[in-house]
Amino acid sequence: MELYLQLFISFFKIGLFGFGGGYAIISLIQHEILSNEWITQSELTDIIAISQMTPGPIGINSATYVGYAATGSVWGAAVATFAVILPSFIIMITVCRFLVILEGNKYLEFALQGLRPTVIGLIGAAALLLMNSQNFIDYKSVILFIAALILSVKFKAHPILLIIGAGIAGFLLY
Amino acid sequence: MKKYWQMFSVFFRIGAFTLGGGYSMIPLIQKEVVEKKRWLSEKDFIDTLAVAQSAPGVMAVNTAIFVGYKLKGLKGSIVTTLGCALPSFIIILLVAMVFTDIKDNEIVNRVFKGIRPVVVALIVTPLWNMSKAAGINWKTVIIPVGVALIIWLTGASPVIFIVLAITGGILFGLIRTRKKKNI
Repeated sequence: MELYLQLFISFFKIGLFGFGGGYAIISLIQHEILSNEWITQSELTDIIAISQMTPGPIGINSATYVGYAATGSVWGAAVATFAVILPSFIIMITVCRFLVILEGNKYLEFALQGLRPTVIGLIGAAALLLMNSQNFIDYKSVILFIAALILSVKFKAHPILLIIGAGIAGFLLY
Repeated sequence: MKKYWQMFSVFFRIGAFTLGGGYSMIPLIQKEVVEKKRWLSEKDFIDTLAVAQSAPGVMAVNTAIFVGYKLKGLKGSIVTTLGCALPSFIIILLVAMVFTDIKDNEIVNRVFKGIRPVVVALIVTPLWNMSKAAGINWKTVIIPVGVALIIWLTGASPVIFIVLAITGGILFGLIRTRKKKNI
């Protein structure tokens, strides 16, 4: 029961403070799963890869996966997924009711100006934390990383194609 | 009742057919909600996106809640949220059930050894464009770099930085507008 409560609190926090989209949310998820040891960093990396190849947002996908992995039960997945959505629900319904106040609101604009550079930092932190010995096991990992970065930044290669290519490369190289 | 079912099925389709989530969902949401069903005007849709992006949480879910609420109030937003989240929930649950069993399989292991560093590259990819869009210069670059390094090195909670960013952004904005008035 305590585990379910902990899952609920963690994913509620992730939903509440998850500004800036999927990759920024990863940083929050990392912090929660590392302090609770629900899954390993490399499992989190695998979920991100799976998230890219399956429908739906990373926030929902990781909540469902971690909830299931932590409890071994469908209910764990349901609790974590519900918890990550609940803050959105409360906030969006409040915004809908009081939309007039929000439009052109200078405080919101100021807050967003502060959030933008911070969110970039969060994504950077997520990337740095994933550059660990679980994900980078040898020089081949480094080559794959650099090749993917070039293909993705310079040639705008599609993420799904890169993941499939990487999977094939992994199968052949290891 | 028929309307609820329509709302559910439209958002179920949006949840089920957009690989990768996030921004890749916008074109489909626009096609279904604005062009086909005419539930929102083009202008309302752009406003909705602006709110859904600035609010915390998953953007597609935020959009679903907003559209559902506009059409049928609280009940409507529950229906659209369920529709939007259910496909990922079902698919990932199946994946989780299978994956927790096969992750020690030798072939799966080899495949994911190749995939993991590439995922890190995918996360690094948007940083450059996002920095340009956020107007980061040699002075403000200290914010993202500092945040990233502190979280990385100390394991500090990202929540602290989000709260700091919001309060800092508001304070800085107020000081700047006050200065302008004085001039």
